[in-house]
Amino acid sequence: MKPTRRDLSASFLAGYRPPENAVDELYDRDGSIRPHWTYLIQALEKLGPDELDSRWSDGRRLLRENGVTYNVYGDPQRTERSWPLDPLPILIPSTEWQVIEQGMIQRAELLEMILADLYGPRRLITEGVVPPELVYGHSGFMRPCAGMAVPRGRHLPLYAADLARTPTGRFVVLGDRTQAPSGSGYALENRLVIQHMFPSIFRDAHVHRLPLFFRRLRLLLAGLAPHPDGPPHIVLLTPGPSNETYFEQAYLAGDLGCTLAQGDDLTVRDERVWLRTLQGLRPVDVILRRVDGAFCDPLELRGDSLLGVPGLLQAARRGNVAIVNPLGASAVENPGLMAFLPQIARHLIGEDLKLPSVRTWWCGDAESRGYVLEHLDELVIKPVDPHATHSTNFGATLDEAARARVADAIRAHPDLFVGQEHVALSTTPVLVDGDLEPRAAVLRTFLAAADDGYTVMAGGLCRVAGVRDGIVVSNQIGGVSKDIWVLASEPERDAALAPADKPLLVLRGELEVPAHVADNVFWVGRYAERADAAARILRQVVRRMLEPDRAPDDPQLAALVEITARVTGALPIGGKPVSDKDVLAALYDGQRSGSLRFDLSALHRGARAVRERFSSDTWRILNGLDIESTNAGELRRAPAEVERILLLLTAFAGLGAESMHRGQGWRFLEIGRRLERALTTLLLLRTVCRSAGPPHAMPREDLLTFADVSPDYIRRHRSVPLPARLIGLFIGDETNPRSAVYQLRRLEQLLKGLSVQIVPPQRSAEEEMVQAALEELVPQAMLADAELDAALDERLARAQNQLTSISDHLTRDYFSRPDRLQQLVTIDR
Amino acid sequence: MKYAIRHETRYGYSQPVVLCHNEARLQPRTTERQICLRSDVTVSPLTGARDEREDLFGNRVLYFAIQEPHGELIVTATSEVEITHVPASYDPSLSFPWEQALEQLRQGTSTQQREVRQFTLDSPCAAASDELRAYALPSFPPGRPVLAAVHDLSCRIHREFTFNPQSTTVTTPLSQVLANRGGVCQDFAHLAIACLRSFGVPARYMSGYLETLPPPGLPRLQGADASHAWFAVFVSGMGWLEFDPTNDQLPGDRYVTTAWGRDFADVTPLKGVIFGGGDHTLDVGVDMQRIAP
Repeated sequence: MKPTRRDLSASFLAGYRPPENAVDELYDRDGSIRPHWTYLIQALEKLGPDELDSRWSDGRRLLRENGVTYNVYGDPQRTERSWPLDPLPILIPSTEWQVIEQGMIQRAELLEMILADLYGPRRLITEGVVPPELVYGHSGFMRPCAGMAVPRGRHLPLYAADLARTPTGRFVVLGDRTQAPSGSGYALENRLVIQHMFPSIFRDAHVHRLPLFFRRLRLLLAGLAPHPDGPPHIVLLTPGPSNETYFEQAYLAGDLGCTLAQGDDLTVRDERVWLRTLQGLRPVDVILRRVDGAFCDPLELRGDSLLGVPGLLQAARRGNVAIVNPLGASAVENPGLMAFLPQIARHLIGEDLKLPSVRTWWCGDAESRGYVLEHLDELVIKPVDPHATHSTNFGATLDEAARARVADAIRAHPDLFVGQEHVALSTTPVLVDGDLEPRAAVLRTFLAAADDGYTVMAGGLCRVAGVRDGIVVSNQIGGVSKDIWVLASEPERDAALAPADKPLLVLRGELEVPAHVADNVFWVGRYAERADAAARILRQVVRRMLEPDRAPDDPQLAALVEITARVTGALPIGGKPVSDKDVLAALYDGQRSGSLRFDLSALHRGARAVRERFSSDTWRILNGLDIESTNAGELRRAPAEVERILLLLTAFAGLGAESMHRGQGWRFLEIGRRLERALTTLLLLRTVCRSAGPPHAMPREDLLTFADVSPDYIRRHRSVPLPARLIGLFIGDETNPRSAVYQLRRLEQLLKGLSVQIVPPQRSAEEEMVQAALEELVPQAMLADAELDAALDERLARAQNQLTSISDHLTRDYFSRPDRLQQLVTIDR
Repeated sequence: MKYAIRHETRYGYSQPVVLCHNEARLQPRTTERQICLRSDVTVSPLTGARDEREDLFGNRVLYFAIQEPHGELIVTATSEVEITHVPASYDPSLSFPWEQALEQLRQGTSTQQREVRQFTLDSPCAAASDELRAYALPSFPPGRPVLAAVHDLSCRIHREFTFNPQSTTVTTPLSQVLANRGGVCQDFAHLAIACLRSFGVPARYMSGYLETLPPPGLPRLQGADASHAWFAVFVSGMGWLEFDPTNDQLPGDRYVTTAWGRDFADVTPLKGVIFGGGDHTLDVGVDMQRIAP
């Protein structure tokens, strides 16, 4: 007997009431639980609500700690959002999955044949199967790619499609993704989290595994390399950290073992693509691109693109680099084509579509246009071109005036629009505040080409509407993702996971350090130190402000405020008294340059841009390095927050010192740190020199605390006059890891490690500058009769200038982007 | 008729260019009415890579890159072209009414008719618009033969617009050309093409040269100091027919075609992406001479 709604505990499923007009994934029409859900529901029942809740908070912690994010466009303040995941997977039995699989494979093969035709003989057009306007009017069709051969004939190495179950119970394709399919990395990350939450349920449910797909993907990429000598160098071309799915791109680069590169990390010479690394140019064999095709080459494609590589198309044309997906593959990411797919399938392969598309009418056809205009109130109106300025409209939600505007737009440019049936998507349970709610679901499935045909990922990315009764499923407007469990009838054998005939590939990319990586880690180092200095000095200011019996004109506080102002820039210069509000802003106002929060944000931004370079432990610390805004209101709560931040900064420094691989990435992080700390120290002491008032105004205790010295150190140096003591502590004492000279000695070694590559060996300009700075600071004469006076200030200023130049020189020698790119002829588009 | 053409483009840079990638469409194609006997492009300084191909429209494209720092780029194309065929004169009134011609194209099943339909669509520099349609409307009364309509439009552009190299640049939008009632040959060709596309007439951009030396007794023609531009329309049963709105004449044996496309962007004679370079100066010189047959 099948369990029914009533048989199961009222607590878990009681509130779950799917709507009448759609199919529900969990319940069948007569209210019984579908058999393939029984095990999961019973297992979750057994866990009980408290245990489920606790596992879910564990899962959310993992997501947070792994820094799983996506970016929302048009939100400059805080574009990075944490990745929304629902703990309940959606379940598909393997018998049904096979139908999907076969349908998807047929569709991928068909789309690949269409691409081969459109960039080849174009018989589909000349024989009248596809209207020319549909192809030539779509920005995905790239004229410069016509006639180009693609590596191993693979026009569509990667493919994804969005599927939905209609009220008939069958799946239909809602849309094709051929440009640069995204989401497979999120699917993998979702799986890791869900599997972590429910290890035994996952094991006993016989869920198909995902790693096999990624292994095939690696083989696919490696197999497309045009020069099969030696391990291929694969690069993931990213639009950069502000792209919607940057997290996924960095994650995939790590998983696939390829170098994450932006357009200006690459250059084309001799019709080959090269990666600009700290060690020079390194040839690139395969580019997995997440940059839209039109932006990939400002010579032959969009001239205004700054994301691409001039000459890339020519390199591909000559067969010297494999681009995945090939440029131009977006020609079939065209909803208008869906109206013609059945005819094309019969024409090209003599078959019907195994998996139908959602019913689609292309408005360029007079009869279809008539139908669409008559049924505007029930159809979805979409532009055929993803780059069109028009948006998607749901006819049912439009008022009279809006509908008339849509009709006018269609009549003005009929070729550019389709009408699609508004499918009532199937619903699936989602956990909302401890209760289950039905939400409309869309499944994204992923395919990768292999020698023996396409492989379908046994799983994928399920996305559900952000609200109950929602009809639009999109991450940009609050959708939630789910893991897809394809249930095998029996457990998958391990043999299937590791095909013995294919050796595991070692890819070469891991060791390359592109210039932008060096640049970013350098600034991560600098901002980590800057934040540390800001936290330390502000901690002293806050302590004094909070002293119950402090004099209103405490001269030591005034001196401290002046030092803070000079060192951080976050307080007004000039010795004016500061209010609680000023100090709170210097801590927490992210818009105020030099504030603690400002530095932490910059640190975070830099780290995010090279996400793949830091370990997951390091990310856990970085993700904690943010101000908890609930603490931002009162000064008396500041010390605890500042201590917390200091502790995490110390942990970050500790991980850098103890567990970061000593490659060039680490070297630049360390150079950034040392340089910043030296500069901060010089600036601090210069402020003391210039504002030296009466001895009682010197905040000596605060400075000793800032320098983090032990009581023992203080005891041993008690007899030294204060000025000399401070100078030793902050400048000349080579045994103190906070002194300027200590930093310079470290820089000396670090820079030597960079310049060894210069042939013939010689001291680099940066090393010369360190020597010049050392000469100012080291002479014993300076220490002997040192006073905190104008002469010392000048000496420190000269050292400071040398150090500032080092930063400029590093930028020029190592981080520099290529020279500014210009077009000889600018054509307005 | 046989011509020797020398087309020199010279870029001077205020700072060195460290790397450039370029595409030249400077070598005349062989067409139904001309044979390109010889064509050669020299680049100074020497190129790092060089590759010739044909684009989607059948134009000859030369890709080249310069990988050494340079302060000057000189690209010289020298060609010999023989005009083999001058279009026969025809009576525009004998073509089909324009509405019917459009319908013929829509219903047409020949390869050429289907391929040609791409030239009815908007392109980056020549997109249909309501104001262009309004401007062209007087040339398109109901039932007028299509070639008579196109001819009238071309004549009106010549009559109503002033040839003025100062009034526009490569990036001047058509709406401004229309408002200024002025421009150069490129603007007039784009204007005509976009007007025609506003009615659904397939039109393409022609890039090439026009001989400047006037035969005795005839006025010197404008727009031939550099390269020249005009347009062509497609009429079912007649093929592509050319018009020169700048000089109000049908291109004959003094016109040499280099390339064609949807608009200037498809056939830019020399484009390039450079790294570095600072500011640049540009000199273009075209020399076109008759040579003995």
